[in-house]
Parts: sequence; C-alpha cells; structure tokens
Amino acid sequence: MPAVTQTREAVEKLGQSTYKWGFETDIEMDMAPKGLNEDIIRLISSRKEEPEWMLEWRLAAYKTWQAMTEPKWAKVAYPPIDYQDAHYYAAPRKKPGPKSLDEVDPELLRTYEKLGIPLHEQALLAGVEVPEGERMPVAVDAVFDSVSVATTFRKTLEEAGVIFCPISEAVKEHPDLVRKYLGTVVPAGDNFFSALNSAVFTDGSFVYVPKGVRCPMELSTYFRINAKNTGQFERTLIVVEEGASVSYLEGCTAPMRDENQLHAAVVELVAMDDASIKYSTVQNWYPGDENGRGGIYNFVTKRGACRGARSKISWTQVETGSAITWKYPSCILQGEGSVGEFYSVAVTNNHQQADTGTKMIHLGRNTRSTIIAKTISAGRSDSTYRGLVRVQPKASGARNFTQCDSLLIGDQCGAHTVPYIESRNMNARIEHEATTSKISEDQLFYCRQRGLSEEDAVGLIVNGFCRDVLKELPMEFAVEAQKLLQISLEGSVG
Amino acid sequence: MSQFLEISGLCARIDADGQEKQILRGVDLSIPPGEVHVIMGPNGSGKSTLSYVLAGREDYEVTAGTATFHGQDLLAMEPEERAAAGLFLAFQSPIELPGVNNANFLRTAVNAVRRARGQDELDAVAFLKMAREAAKALSMAPDMLKRNVNVGFSGGEKKRNEVLQMTLLQPTFAILDETDSGLDVDALRIVAEGVNRLRAPTFSALVITHHQKLLDYLVPDRIHVMARGRIILSGGPELARQIDQEGYTKFLAEVA
Repeated sequence: MPAVTQTREAVEKLGQSTYKWGFETDIEMDMAPKGLNEDIIRLISSRKEEPEWMLEWRLAAYKTWQAMTEPKWAKVAYPPIDYQDAHYYAAPRKKPGPKSLDEVDPELLRTYEKLGIPLHEQALLAGVEVPEGERMPVAVDAVFDSVSVATTFRKTLEEAGVIFCPISEAVKEHPDLVRKYLGTVVPAGDNFFSALNSAVFTDGSFVYVPKGVRCPMELSTYFRINAKNTGQFERTLIVVEEGASVSYLEGCTAPMRDENQLHAAVVELVAMDDASIKYSTVQNWYPGDENGRGGIYNFVTKRGACRGARSKISWTQVETGSAITWKYPSCILQGEGSVGEFYSVAVTNNHQQADTGTKMIHLGRNTRSTIIAKTISAGRSDSTYRGLVRVQPKASGARNFTQCDSLLIGDQCGAHTVPYIESRNMNARIEHEATTSKISEDQLFYCRQRGLSEEDAVGLIVNGFCRDVLKELPMEFAVEAQKLLQISLEGSVG
Repeated sequence: MSQFLEISGLCARIDADGQEKQILRGVDLSIPPGEVHVIMGPNGSGKSTLSYVLAGREDYEVTAGTATFHGQDLLAMEPEERAAAGLFLAFQSPIELPGVNNANFLRTAVNAVRRARGQDELDAVAFLKMAREAAKALSMAPDMLKRNVNVGFSGGEKKRNEVLQMTLLQPTFAILDETDSGLDVDALRIVAEGVNRLRAPTFSALVITHHQKLLDYLVPDRIHVMARGRIILSGGPELARQIDQEGYTKFLAEVA
C-alpha cells in the first residue's frame, strides 16, 4: 500500500470533531531548565555539538533580540508571553543516533502511527521502485520536538546529489553551505521572532539541490511539538542552484495542551538562475478549545529570495490550526524575470486569530507575482489578510495580480483585508481584487435538498471557495487539506 | 387514501424582515403514486412556499397541519433525510456553487443518497458513465459536467441541470417549481421528456407552472388551482386549458 493511501486513511479517521491528536508521548526527555540566557544558548549549541561560529552567530542574534520589542501591529490579541517561562531545549534522550528505524524508540514510532505519518511504510523505506507515471515517492524527515529522529530516502537523494538532512547535521557536515546562506534571506535581526529563532533554533531541515538537478522526489517534513512548555524554533534552509528544482511539503500537528505554546520558525529559500522552489504547508496545530483556551502561538518568518534570473518561488499554505497565526511567506524578486507566487487558505474557527499574508518585493526587471488568498472565518474568530506589494524603481515591467476573498460563516466572526501597495516604477502593473461573502442559506439548502448533510455541504462550499489554492497543492496534500478544511469547520453552522 | 403524499391543513409562515407573514393557509393535497399533479395559480399564491416547506427549508415555520410521505411525517425530517426518502425539488432559481465542480457535486449527492438508501456508492468511473449518458439524453453540452455548479449557466442550462440531477438522484417524488420558465420550445420538450422518462407506477410529480405548453408534453393526471395559500379548485387536465384561455380571475371570483 502506498504511503499516500495510508496517510489518507489516517486523515479520514479524523471524522471526529474534537482534536484527536492531543496525546503526550512518554519518552525520556533531555530538557534544559526554563529560561533564556547566554548559558542556555551555549547549552543548546553544545548539545548539538556545533562549531564555534554557530555559537557566535546565535549569541549575536540573542543580543539583537534583547534590544528588540515584540511587534504589536498585527490584528491579534494574546496575553503577554513570558519568554523566561519556557524551556528552550528538549530532546528525546538518545543513545548514539539511530542508524535505522529499528533503533528508533518504538514509543516514538507509535506516536507517528497515531499521527498517521507513514514513516513505517515498508515500500517507502525499502525504496521500492515506482513505475513510470506514478506519483513521486515522498521522503519524510520527521522532526520530533527538537531533534530529527529518522530520515528516509536519504540514499536516493544522495545519488541525485541532493542534500536533505536536519539542519543541525548540516551545520556539522556542510558548514560552508550553511554559513554561506544562513541568515542571508531572513537576517537574525529581521524581526523580534526571527532574532529569537536565530538565537535558540534547535532543528529543522536543510535542503540543497545542486545545479541542474530536478529533485527526484517531493520532500516532506512533519513537525510536531510534544514536550510540555517547549517552544519550538525550527530553522529551515533550502538552496536550489541554477536550473534545479524542488518541491517541499511541510505538514504539522501538535498534541492538545492547556498552556499556550510558542512557536517561532524561520524558513529561508534561495533560488538561483532558472531554479524553482515550491513550498507547500498544511498547518494543523492545536487551535485551542471552543473557549479559546490553549492552542499554539505561531509566529513564523518565511521568506524566499529569487536571486537568479527567471527563478521561481511558490508558497502554498493551508492554515487551519493554531490559536494565533502571524505569518507572511514572502518573495524577494531580485533576478530579472523571476516569479513569486503565494496561494493561501486560512481558516479560523471558535476563538482563533490569524493575521497572515505575503510580501512581494519586486527588485528586478520584468518580475511577476501572483497572490491568491482565501480567508474563511467561523465562530468568534478573526482573520486578517495583510499583504505588501512593493515595486522598486529598477523593476520596470513588474506585474502583480492579487486576489483576496473572504468567506464568513455565522455572524460573530471577522474578516479583514489590509493590502499595502507601493509602486516606485511607472511601468509596473498592479491589480488587486477583493471580495467578501457568506455561505448563503440558499446554498446550504440547495445542497441538503440534494441529500448532503449540513457539514458535507459546508465542506463542499468551502472547498469550492478554496479551489484556486488547493489545486496548487501536491495531490496527497490536497486530499488532506480538503478533509482538514471540513474538520476544522465542523459545528460552525447551525 | 393513498399512503404516498398526503398534505392536510398545512399552514406556514415566514419571518420577513421582522414581520410574520402567513403564506400557506390550510393546504389539502393528496397525490397517489404514479401520478403527475399540477399546481397553477397567480403569483404570490404560495406555490413556491409549498414546495419549500415540503422540501424542508428552515426559513418557513409550519404553524398547523401535516404532511406525510410514504406514511412518514415529512415535516419532522431534515432536508437531506427527505432527499434520501425520495423527495426532489427542482428549484425555480437554481443556486450557484462557485468553485464546486458539477460532476463532483452530483456524485457527492448521488452517493449521499445511495448511502442513506442502503445502496452501494458509485465509483468515479461508473458515476461519470451514468452522468454522461443522462446529460446526453438532455442534450446538454458535455462540458457542463466539468463546469462549476450553475455558475455562468444560462437560464435554460440551469433548468436542464436540475433535470439532470433529478435523473441521477432517482426520486420517487419530484417537485418541479416552474422548471419550464425561461425555456424555449425545444428546451421545454427536452425537459418534459426528461421527466417523462422517470414516470413509473412508483414515481409521482408535483409540477408548478403557469403554462399549458409544458402540460402538452407531460400529460398530467390532476390540476390544482392555488390562491391565497390554499388549493381552491381541483380538476382534470381540461382545467389547465381553461385557465390558459380564461385566466384565473373567474376562478378567484368564484371562491371569493
């Protein structure tokens, strides 16, 4: 059975309305004491056996962070975060690193099974040949709390010359590459959360696709927060050389908690001449209960640099989880004729708050960007699209098309669209379209008269609303995303 | 009394902008299996409301009366349960579902109903084959299955799409709310043929129309005239022809 089927089945089992993945895995944890200071950073660095330059980089970022204040411009409200009241390092206690899955803690593998991650899939692990024309296999680099525990498909990737490994490993094994690119797209001091991440990031993925290589499989990472009160600070760096391409899939789930969990990831993408990067996310972290208690605080900085001519970076995200989402995957369109795309579905229900969007910075000539943002609000939630399109003086012939659609379910939620458009070039063409609509009683009744339950009807209508975005997702993700949309809106009507 | 569709003393009102408006004022109607009945009547007499109430639209409040279908209390059922039980409403103004692929919508609906009826669900291949044949019989362009539900459809296309849905959902009782309005002669004939194909001893229909033309093709069993929320007169097919020639005024005056 292909991994995809297994994933799909696992997702189908999600038919229940409450968040099912709220369990804690009982694994011995290696945990730093609460609090954030230079000693903790030194501890993280030494636990990860990092070279000196990495430690210095972290400490510099920490200094920068100390001088910064938390941004307040987003339309999200939450109680003050006590940054000293969290653990900044937690790792399953391990013997020397696992050489194969047999060496991986079975408890951990069971956790993944519950999550429906097809890590244990025989065909996948054995690297069974896939007949021509079938879907590309998916490589899974599973991040369990702060340490990546298992990586599959390494070999196939190595043969193609692709590096896909935990970033902590890349720091040690490919230090030149990491040093060359880390922090060049999102500098440590870019914002409060990126500075924090730079100081304390524990793990994440590193991808390097050499010149001319089309990555032979889609890369997928499943992040999962587990230990109590452990902020998770992933760091992902993807570098794609001239004429190369990669599709990276990121999927997230987290267990149920009462206390809020801080999450501040940084993702950096670099695309050289004619390179293309497709980065897809399905985010399904615990959103808090019906009353808004608990849930993940998600403060993410994601940015891609189209450095080369005709390079292309495409962000696709389906955001259904988290209590608070603060996230603006962006593209810096530097190379002549480079292309940036942002396709987003953000769903909020109950008391969730999302302030998400993108930034398209047009620097080079004839650069193009497309933004399709679909926002769905239900319950008492609040959702904001915030997007910047900036055309710099040298970006002659730049083009942008933006479409923001909001769908409201019920009468106690909010949807807001905040576009910033700055053009410093007379030749630029910028289009912005925005709509706000409600699921109408007519539509629901029409579907129900045809035999659909109310929830299926909502799912169908919402999926229709999001179709322009969902069709950008790789097939297996699209199926999960459709289910997730429906699940996250259950109970929102009627 | 048949056990098929029995409506007795049905009263219903709607809350329109804070004002209660009584629309149905005691509808009595009995439709035996295998028959096509027609409701005619002036605008605002409650014809569409009757169809909505029978289909279970929640905006309407039933204040008195009963409606049973196959002996079951229709009014106690959810709209989707009524659909599963075999009731189909062809909408006067079919609703658009942006982004929802027509074939996908139809298959979801057909399988929901099949599931509820204890039948096996159809896989995509079997369904598409069936849907294509049904669409062809209604002279629908093949791409209509690929388009979004009713989005950008012409008036005639929307009506045909309703009949297509009816064909695939295989109801035992269909309400056609002015399905003939806005259709040209050829489309009218095609739609009527679509309904006639469903005719069987176990299938009945309630057809709301203003025009005799449709009835030339459908050949109804009974004609009912509705006015001010009640059925004021019932008769054979000749009644429709009489109305077509003389209008409603005479009949309304008689009951006034």
